[in-house]
Amino acid sequence: MSNTKPKLAVWKFASCDGCQLSLLDCEDELLAVAEAVQIAYFPEATREVVEGPYDVSFVEGSVTTPHDEERIKEIREMSGIVITLGACATSGGIQALRNFADVNEFTNIVYAHPEYISTLDTSHPISDYINVDFELRGCPIDKYQLLEVVISLLAGKRPAIPTHSVCMDCKLKLNTCVLVAGNEPCLGPVTQAGCGALCPSYNRGCYGCFGPQDSANTDSMTEVWRHLGVSDDTILQTFRGFNGFIEPFKGASERLEEHKNH
Amino acid sequence: MELNVMQPDQLDDLIQGISLADYQVIGPMESNGAIAYEPIESADDLPRGIIDHQRPGKYALQKIQSSRFFGYTVSPFSWKKYLYPPVQTLFKAERNGQGIQLETDSHDVKYAFIGVRACELSAIKIQDKIFLGGDYVDLHYKERRENALIVAVECFNTCETCFCDSVGSGPEIPNGADIVLTEILESGEHYFLVRSETEAGQEILNQISLKDTENNHYLIKDAQLERVRAKLKRKVQTTGLKSKLLKNPDHPRWDEVAERCLACSNCTMVCPTCFCADVFDINDLDGNTKRERRWDSCFTSDFTYIHGGNIRHSVKSRYRQWLTHKFASWQDQFDSLGCVGCGRCITWCPPGIDITEELKALSIPPNQYKKGEINHV
Ligand code: SF4
Ligand code: SF4
Ligand code: SF4
Ligand code: SF4
Ligand code: SF4
Repeated sequence: MSNTKPKLAVWKFASCDGCQLSLLDCEDELLAVAEAVQIAYFPEATREVVEGPYDVSFVEGSVTTPHDEERIKEIREMSGIVITLGACATSGGIQALRNFADVNEFTNIVYAHPEYISTLDTSHPISDYINVDFELRGCPIDKYQLLEVVISLLAGKRPAIPTHSVCMDCKLKLNTCVLVAGNEPCLGPVTQAGCGALCPSYNRGCYGCFGPQDSANTDSMTEVWRHLGVSDDTILQTFRGFNGFIEPFKGASERLEEHKNH
Repeated sequence: MELNVMQPDQLDDLIQGISLADYQVIGPMESNGAIAYEPIESADDLPRGIIDHQRPGKYALQKIQSSRFFGYTVSPFSWKKYLYPPVQTLFKAERNGQGIQLETDSHDVKYAFIGVRACELSAIKIQDKIFLGGDYVDLHYKERRENALIVAVECFNTCETCFCDSVGSGPEIPNGADIVLTEILESGEHYFLVRSETEAGQEILNQISLKDTENNHYLIKDAQLERVRAKLKRKVQTTGLKSKLLKNPDHPRWDEVAERCLACSNCTMVCPTCFCADVFDINDLDGNTKRERRWDSCFTSDFTYIHGGNIRHSVKSRYRQWLTHKFASWQDQFDSLGCVGCGRCITWCPPGIDITEELKALSIPPNQYKKGEINHV
């Protein structure tokens, strides 16, 4: 019986663990998940380790060290399906801010002994190194999207993970738009749905934690925010958040930077 | 039917009478900085003395010194959210031993809508044609619509974004309401002129002791309507529009508007006539399924995903689909325009793209059109 269950592994790279915790946060469904799959490698949850290969690998975090570069290739080799979890793994995460600066300056400030630190100059999404079969966005991911992926894998269907704007979900919830009615800067129009329009539902603007929607027009978004009276610096910093290193957010912040320097 | 006079304090009798006739009464109320159409219990819930200001990409409420109940224009969401809910379970399929048990959605609430505007009633009639006309009837829409009671209220204010007049959907209330109210507040007098248009409406009115009208009431009512009409400055030139749009798929204006458009779908979501939806199966780990229908939009990339990819890749092609559907191909499909001029898509578009301005620009022959001509402010 049990050997017909798909073998699941959960891997961690540079990240805060929040996305893995979303899996543990599926309290009501966790037992059913554990019944349906064999949790073969998940150090956050269990010390038990079942050797690879694995049918499905969930990968959290970004590639930031030379060791990571090797490890992710090994994981790809021993996994049937690789699914990345969260902003770090799909876009480089907040740690990709170093990509716009000099990482040595950061290490010198943060660590007492920077000489022990072995790190790459940049933080990259997993898909810059290996082929990824599916990416789940968010900082952190949404547990219902995670469940949708697990259930779809088991059912052999394509997960229903939309790539449209947060606005769509915001309107499906019949929220009053905080941008139009509240002059609140909201990144929902250029951000991919997935959170259920969480922030606008609590009367605040979206800051883009699910990364760009599939047709994001960031330059028009910049104009809209300027009309709301938001400074270019703030717009730049907002695009350069958890998903700052993924296009078109990356290009938007770079154009703002260029504009500032001229 | 006959026009009568109703006193302001009888508005609550009307609401209670409707409620006693087993309807769930839905009406306008102030909620979270906007007018929302929500279940109401009494006339006290109505947004007295509140007006709305709408312009491209902007919405705000203002409290003024007035005891008018219906001084606002239209709410962000139309009555569509009740007749054709944004997310709707079509059926559930649950595993049951060896078999499957199906449970279909059934809706037994009768809605009464208080405060339906002319444009909104026109939109409901357009959606009636979509969902109830032709060979395929949408049963979910049918059961909600057939039982609904409509109390229409004539407009007093207009917003800068309104243009019902030029698309023929207002400001006079078209037929199709059960009860029609006109709120008059002038020369120190406050009252409603009321008439029923159906038996269901008359039965409700029979329970209230209304007064007869005097001759000048008709004049007062007409004058109010004419003042509203005069305030409607925004226009769409509909003559010849269909061919202008369909013959110019490469008009340079499409590129210009695509630079501003965020492909966010807000316009189609708030539009009271847009009817597109997608269907999803939601499974659980025990093998049960729920089939859900959710509003969809021609601005998403998935909308035209077919084998091999998305056939409307550019935002330009999606914006063109939206506008040509509303003002051109809708005419072939449903024999009317797909727009009732409520202005919602203008107000709730974050960059404030104004369809009337786009139509004006697109009506200029491409070879005579200069970039940036007819510009937004
Ligand atoms: S509040 Fe934000 S996410 Fe919601 S519709 Fe407005 S812009 Fe879009
Ligand atoms: S609304 Fe935006 S910032 Fe808030 S949770 Fe959703 S994607 Fe993240
Ligand atoms: S197209 Fe715009 S103005 Fe016309 S009915 Fe739809 S939302 Fe209203
Ligand atoms: S404009 Fe777009 S969303 Fe609206 S009905 Fe037409 S195709 Fe559907
Ligand atoms: S026209 Fe406006 S509301 Fe519609 S998709 Fe474009 S930006 Fe969004």
